[in-house]
Amino acid sequence: MNQREKERYLREYALLKQEGKPFFPYAVAKDGAMAAVVMLSIILMSLFLGAELGPKADPTTTTYSPRPEWYFFFLFELLKIIKPANLVPLATIGIPTICMILLFLLPFYDRNPERRPERRPIATTAGIFVILAMGYLTYEGAHAGAPTQIDMETPTTLVAAGGPVLEQFETGKQVVAQSGCQACHIIGENGNDGPGPPLTDIATRLPKQAISRTLVNPTAPMPSYKALQESEPEKFDAMVTFLSQLK
Amino acid sequence: MPKLKLPAPPIPAKLNPRPARPGSTKTGPLDVAAEAGISAVDWVDERTSISGAARWMMFRKVPKGTNWFYTLGSSTMFAFLSQAVTGVFLAMYYRPDAAGGAYESIRYINNEVFLGEFVHGMHKWGSSVMVILVFLHMARTFFFGAYKYPRELNWVIGVALLILTMAMSFTGYLLPFDQRSYWATIVGVNINGTGPLVGPYLSDFLRAGPEFGATTLSRFYAIHMLLIPGAMAALIGAHLYMVAKLGTTAPPWIKADSPVKKEEKA
Repeated sequence: MNQREKERYLREYALLKQEGKPFFPYAVAKDGAMAAVVMLSIILMSLFLGAELGPKADPTTTTYSPRPEWYFFFLFELLKIIKPANLVPLATIGIPTICMILLFLLPFYDRNPERRPERRPIATTAGIFVILAMGYLTYEGAHAGAPTQIDMETPTTLVAAGGPVLEQFETGKQVVAQSGCQACHIIGENGNDGPGPPLTDIATRLPKQAISRTLVNPTAPMPSYKALQESEPEKFDAMVTFLSQLK
Repeated sequence: MPKLKLPAPPIPAKLNPRPARPGSTKTGPLDVAAEAGISAVDWVDERTSISGAARWMMFRKVPKGTNWFYTLGSSTMFAFLSQAVTGVFLAMYYRPDAAGGAYESIRYINNEVFLGEFVHGMHKWGSSVMVILVFLHMARTFFFGAYKYPRELNWVIGVALLILTMAMSFTGYLLPFDQRSYWATIVGVNINGTGPLVGPYLSDFLRAGPEFGATTLSRFYAIHMLLIPGAMAALIGAHLYMVAKLGTTAPPWIKADSPVKKEEKA
């Protein structure tokens, strides 16, 4: 924006202001009405959604899957999309920092004097794109199950065979996902790689009976699944079947 | 003594009070009360000259075409004020004690304190409402091109306020100290730690040490209720001053009547 454009804008603005109305009471009335709407929605949300307190914080649990406040879901999702370890800092700090800097400096690199959105195609498109991207990431983040999920295809041979093994495989996948194994083991794309060994191809290293024995009688710090074997043997068997199919 | 003249509200001439007949000295109790109020305001004004600032703030003109989109900023500030008020009431009962006192005090607020869960809920959901309003206000500013000359600096202050709002939400999320808040904060702090250069130091600062410990909670509490709100209040003041100084923009499609047109109208 050069000097001439600046002066033109200020002249036009002075005219617009002259033709305007006083802030009090005209704008104040609208602001007040909007404030009442905001207050009312906060009160209604408080009344109907409440402020429930979850279970007390327990630093010794390892199976709890953390969820941020909903407006951080997009960051959370970004972190999950970018999986290679050397790119993680890019997702966690790199992209948000770059976005913040771009946002801070917006008036300094967008020097186009035009203000109508339809005559600023690049800015308007970029704005809509950012809104859509954040909306999409928030939606995905809201529906994702964090580390209590296994994104693994069922082997085609199992699908072809069908029957009880396939059923056990699917149940076992769920049981494993909900049991917090992935706090220490990586399974395919999900879970933490360590301190436990990767389970992605555990069946190539351990036969079925050995897997079952390890679950009941593990080396510390892994918890024993003996209680599960006694209370819900079908779940335990499904777990063993699932793990014994990971090749 | 300077006499303060109250601005007449825009009401029809019929409803305006009739002026007293010349020569009549009768004054009712209403006149006495009005006189007392005016002289009290005059007393303050004589010592502060604040009426000039108030007049400058309240009776400035907003440009033609100002519509409902222009209420998003003030309603964001209103949400901030609501958070401040409900936050003060919560702070009266909250104890930042990681050994279990924090969780217990929130449970006490929810179950025992009169309207406790209601105020807690207002604070919790108010934060979501505020974040939504911040983003809507920013979107309006962006699409209307309102960050351009001469309002660049106000945009920068606004982005700082956005970041502080997010920091408020991050630090506040830990305070109830339930499973959800504890683990989400651990992850959040660890994410900060992966950052280049300052990352590890930032994490250590937030945790008050290399481990998530007893002092972490009181540190988050101090940041949440003293550091950031203070900074936000100051920045909102600066933001507001500049809005009044530079004026709010008109919607970009509004054009002023050209002088030629004005003459035709007249």
